[in-house]
Amino acid sequence: MTNQEIYDKLKAAYGGAIGSFHEQAGSAYMTRTSSYADIVEYSQIAQICQYLRDEPTLEFDNLNCLSCDDNGDKTLSVVYHMESLSLKHYFALKVTVPIDNPVVPTVTRVWASANWHEREGWDMIGIKFNEHPDLRRILLDDDWVGHPLRKDYKEPEFYRGMKVGY
Amino acid sequence: MSELFNRTMTTIAPAPVKIIPAEKVEPNRIKTEEMILNVGPQHPSTHGVLRLEAVLDGELVIDVIPHLGYLHRCFEKHCEAMTYPQVIPYVDRMDYLAAMNSEHGYALAVERLMGIEVPEKVEYIRVLFAELQRIASHLVAVGTFGLDVGAFTPFLYCFRDREDILEMFEKTCGARLLYNYIWVGGLSHDLHPDVLKMCRDFVKKNRATHAEVNNLLTFNKIFVERTINIGILKPDVAINCGASGPMLRGSGVKWDLRRDDPYSIYDRFEFDIPVGTGKMGTVGDCFDRHWVRMLEWEQSLNIIEQILEQYPQDDKTDVQKAVPKRIKPAAGEIYSRTENPRGELGFYISSKDGINPARVKVRSPAFVNLSILPIISRGYMMADLIIILGSIDIVLGEVDR
Amino acid sequence: MFDALRDLIISLLGKGDLSDVLTVVVYCALPLVVILLYALFAILAEMKLSAWLQDRLGPMRVGPWGILQPIADILKLLQKEDITPTHADKKLYNLAPFLVFIGSYLGFAVLPFSAMYAGARLNVGIFYLVAVSGLVVVGILMAGWGSNNKYSLFGAMRSVAQIVSYEIPAGLAILSVVMIAGTMDLQTISKLQEGGVQNWFIFGGPKNLAGFGGATAWALAPVMMIAFILYFIASLAETNRVPFDIPEAESELVAGYHTEYSAMKFALFFLAEYANMLVVSAVASILFLGGWNSPFGEFLGGPVMGLVWFLGKAIFFVMIQIWIRWTLPRLRVDQLMHICWKVMIPFGMATVLLVGTIVTWFAH
Repeated sequence: MTNQEIYDKLKAAYGGAIGSFHEQAGSAYMTRTSSYADIVEYSQIAQICQYLRDEPTLEFDNLNCLSCDDNGDKTLSVVYHMESLSLKHYFALKVTVPIDNPVVPTVTRVWASANWHEREGWDMIGIKFNEHPDLRRILLDDDWVGHPLRKDYKEPEFYRGMKVGY
Repeated sequence: MSELFNRTMTTIAPAPVKIIPAEKVEPNRIKTEEMILNVGPQHPSTHGVLRLEAVLDGELVIDVIPHLGYLHRCFEKHCEAMTYPQVIPYVDRMDYLAAMNSEHGYALAVERLMGIEVPEKVEYIRVLFAELQRIASHLVAVGTFGLDVGAFTPFLYCFRDREDILEMFEKTCGARLLYNYIWVGGLSHDLHPDVLKMCRDFVKKNRATHAEVNNLLTFNKIFVERTINIGILKPDVAINCGASGPMLRGSGVKWDLRRDDPYSIYDRFEFDIPVGTGKMGTVGDCFDRHWVRMLEWEQSLNIIEQILEQYPQDDKTDVQKAVPKRIKPAAGEIYSRTENPRGELGFYISSKDGINPARVKVRSPAFVNLSILPIISRGYMMADLIIILGSIDIVLGEVDR
Repeated sequence: MFDALRDLIISLLGKGDLSDVLTVVVYCALPLVVILLYALFAILAEMKLSAWLQDRLGPMRVGPWGILQPIADILKLLQKEDITPTHADKKLYNLAPFLVFIGSYLGFAVLPFSAMYAGARLNVGIFYLVAVSGLVVVGILMAGWGSNNKYSLFGAMRSVAQIVSYEIPAGLAILSVVMIAGTMDLQTISKLQEGGVQNWFIFGGPKNLAGFGGATAWALAPVMMIAFILYFIASLAETNRVPFDIPEAESELVAGYHTEYSAMKFALFFLAEYANMLVVSAVASILFLGGWNSPFGEFLGGPVMGLVWFLGKAIFFVMIQIWIRWTLPRLRVDQLMHICWKVMIPFGMATVLLVGTIVTWFAH
């Protein structure tokens, strides 16, 4: 299935929740199928993902990557790169949330692999994944202050009495 | 494809529930207390600084909670302050056992973002080195897996051969572990003239080592008994959990990005994609993952032989011909992935039309594979936990980034 | 040997209580000299053999070809800080290494090193040896519990389960020999096997034993070979050597019951392990391979050559243990128990039954 077809199908199923369509660069295999759709209604992301996984003609059984990003304009985004190993197509979704209330529903129940990616997203960017079973910091210590990959992040001067800067 | 694994989808409950397999629960057993054992961060077989919080009932593992971050450098933050070529040394330090593959993946991502075509000769050298590095990485994986099972000797045989590979790298680019060799659009140096001959000798010698390791380790009765039927990862679970590389193929799913999403010039070579078939025990057990690595090692040798045949020796192209003077991709984003020895190494690069990337997110295979550890190690014994961890083949530099 | 030693000491110091006491002390300490020299040799052998097996050179710096490396290692261990963990059970922790070493050293008391020398001629020799080697278990348990370390505790629990289990097949194999020999005295057992390789117990024992026909003895040979293999495997487990080294499995338990030990206490564990290896190898060679007897009957025999033959055979088995260690992976706890209870003990029972039947029907 080509990307446009996937997008159309998604648009037909979810209508207003799905935003615009963007082409992406990539490998030969990926340019045929790679590109992403903006999700306007990000509270529906879990349902949309569930649909993408369970719809027999789409069957996105694998979440390749879940990347969180600080766009620098007071918004954060989450990008879901997914792929169907059986039907061999590939798609991405992008969710943009305001920085002052970054809450996105978790997709852990759809793809178990999202678990650690989302924990990393919380740790590094500070996106709260709603209903995540175990949303703890993963790479940094539990008592670390701030989310380092935010553009406005200032590293603390001391951590437990140790100097952080060098 | 679809006949290879069960199509039914599973949702895995990630909550740390106390799970004891039904067959292991005995009625009226003596009530015992659970014991929490911290395996690591200083432990001989956590392959780096990983801490596993193991909840044990006697020798039985009830739950495992991995704690990462002991090697965290936040290289993704560094990248935001670096130019695109300056990121490459950081990428090296991610998966320090397969630095060539990481570089290759990163260079490819930036090239795709900018639409750069690299000369054929460069592609050959890249694939040659990527495959050599894959063998080097698998040598360490197989060797340390042997260590986890208690066999010390194969480990040193593996390191002996890895030494030859590192020597070739050293001759070509001067570095043995972290190369900064594959650049965006080219390479830092041309192939050293001796390397092709060294490579031919190496392939011959390495095939002997492959047989030797098989005899000494793989088909050893004790080794087989130790590794079969533990840490079973079912194919549908593997896909749902995002497993990749030998971990996914060990579960019987024929999926290799070199074939399924061909990059570089991999479509020119013939090679098999070995999958786990439950050769000694169950499909997706630790032995299968080990066996897939052994077979992949052999396949990489086959690819290297084909490269040596096809390599354009008279091609005097400058390997830096396609290296752009100024690397400044237009605004956009890309997710590009390659087959690392441990699985799918993905780079999500977001460019905002600057000389440094706005965001580099790495989908590191070891990170995702490690997240499966709790699921596949519940209900086995403490000694099995170490073997299951070994069979995942993690590199902490990549897990923690 | 004892008398000769006493005469020597009396000639030096004159007759008196002092001479008598000194004689006893020197007599008892002789095996210690053997152990220490042997330990130096065995440590070097382990380092060098493992290196050669692994395509390495091994230690090459201390002395020519690194032969002084064990001495350097011991000097290093002597200089190390002796650490007792704060929360350790100090009495148990400090006593354990000594108990472990005493357990293996007591075994040397009954070993007939040659026709002339056996520390003590007990008529229950082998029984005593099996009994005192049980003391090692107590020491290991004390070390594991006293260290207040979970890895140590795991190691100790595994070790105790393992040693206690494997004493049974070892005991059954020993029993086969004892039934043919009709004695538990190790010196007598050694003497019985005089007169060449065909008289060794692994080939069915002496062919001229009272009431025994040569044919009967030959009929015992295959059974005794099985008994020998059983004993050898069980002895590997009793000394915690690969593939049965799960109590100190490096990849799982760091160092098992001696994780927390440093300096000389660690060295004692180390020494005890090597001493234990020698004891079980010596017992294997006494019970099955003629002890101090030359394989060629009278040729190359005699008390002095006896010592050479005895140590040679024992060290040969130590070398095999080292060889196995660097070749095989390690078993898991349940597999270890499976092998012991479901494979080796039935075989051991069968051997005892067969030997018993043959001996009672045809001999007495």
